[in-house]
Amino acid sequence: MSKQYELNKNLAQMLKGGVIMDVTTPEQAKIAEAAGACAVMALERIPADIRAAGGVSRMSDPKMIKGIQQAVSIPVMAKCRIGHFAEAQILEAIEIDYIDESEVLSPADDVYHIDKRKFKVPFVCGAKDLGEALRRISEGASMIRTKGEPGTGDVVQAVTHMRKMQSEMRRLSSLSEDELFEAAKQLRSPYELVKYVAENGKLPVVNFAAGGVATPADAALMMQLGAEGVFVGSGIFKSGNPEKRASAIVKAVTNYTDAKMLAEFSEDLGEAMVGINKDEIELLMAERGK
Amino acid sequence: MSVIAVLALQGAFAEHEKMLDQLGAEHFEIRQLADIDRSFDGLIIPGGESTVQGKLLRDLGLFEPLNKLISGGLPIFGTCAGMILLADKLENDSEHYFSAMPMTVKRNAYGRQLGSFYTESEFAGSVIPMTFIRAPYIADIGGCEKLAEVDGKAAAARYKNCLAAAFHPELNEDLTVHKYFLDMVAGKV
Repeated sequence: MSKQYELNKNLAQMLKGGVIMDVTTPEQAKIAEAAGACAVMALERIPADIRAAGGVSRMSDPKMIKGIQQAVSIPVMAKCRIGHFAEAQILEAIEIDYIDESEVLSPADDVYHIDKRKFKVPFVCGAKDLGEALRRISEGASMIRTKGEPGTGDVVQAVTHMRKMQSEMRRLSSLSEDELFEAAKQLRSPYELVKYVAENGKLPVVNFAAGGVATPADAALMMQLGAEGVFVGSGIFKSGNPEKRASAIVKAVTNYTDAKMLAEFSEDLGEAMVGINKDEIELLMAERGK
Repeated sequence: MSVIAVLALQGAFAEHEKMLDQLGAEHFEIRQLADIDRSFDGLIIPGGESTVQGKLLRDLGLFEPLNKLISGGLPIFGTCAGMILLADKLENDSEHYFSAMPMTVKRNAYGRQLGSFYTESEFAGSVIPMTFIRAPYIADIGGCEKLAEVDGKAAAARYKNCLAAAFHPELNEDLTVHKYFLDMVAGKV
């Protein structure tokens, strides 16, 4: 394992217990930082708007990303399309702190993900289950997040994905050594990674929740289900009072088991993002890239 | 045996707890005001984002009581973001937090993630592994004692009851720095 890969996993460790927020301008980035974001995701349109606009969505304008890099001291992430290694090369060239090879954008390759081991810059990838998570890690991802269903404000998919991953990990821990070979086949994942999970009961990288988190209670739910931190995309800047909501979600992630405090954080936040039910949408972004 | 509190607002606090386990030190997490009612002999501020930890310290009402304990002589150890929270001056930033150590620290001093690095260097006399993640360095050591230096920059410092490191001893297996801190808590160094 390369030293750089270790350093990239280490950066994700520093983000734990934190909230990564989607921002589209330097002003929003500053609001997010002041509200306690541990990193920001720079993108031209937040998932809810990508969904509304339709068409092809791509990597953001490097100039816009650079503006955000200059505005804040916290890490800045940006998205590239699944399989689009040239977009990833560009993001690496502007020294992004983390690349999200993301199903939120239109996939550029419907078979292959990026060979992330070829890059110095770290990658985070989405996963619906343990097999997807381990395949992304074997390709070089140094951080995993649930896919959830971005831009919906509906947490149900993130819950489904996190529960699935956790229960599959628990199951591996109960298998005997020779059964792990078959488990690796079923998970379509490398044996070494399967063995790691069986022995340690967790992924070898940090695992965040993403896709549909809109309230402090959503964030606390994901943390109690085993997330090590959360991404909030449309949930903040699509709500009535972004600053207050952002700060409340940050506090909820720190004190995620204290219901009394969560009640306090949830008070008077103004309107949450409108939200779309998963049965009402035509495009399931989580189905992109397996 | 001494009891160590680990500030667990955000960041790599679990990694510090693992090191304390290996050294057999009792520890607990501070996430809210009620947690500091328990008595403890030392405090660790982990790596993470200093802006996040700084904000949560204030929002959760922890800043003033902890500040009082630190100025009252409570042994404290900050790594990376923790070092930023302990410095009395930040380069290019008017913000400061506990101001417990008279030194100037530069945030993200080695640049972005691509500037993160691993090296081995001397800490208080022994060579140890050092992992720097979007790390700060000490631009001006001021009135502090230098305990480590990397590429001509001070990377660890001591001032009275305060210990700070720009790197992350909690990310490697070596226990030297944590042992040093526990010796500080015990009044041995």
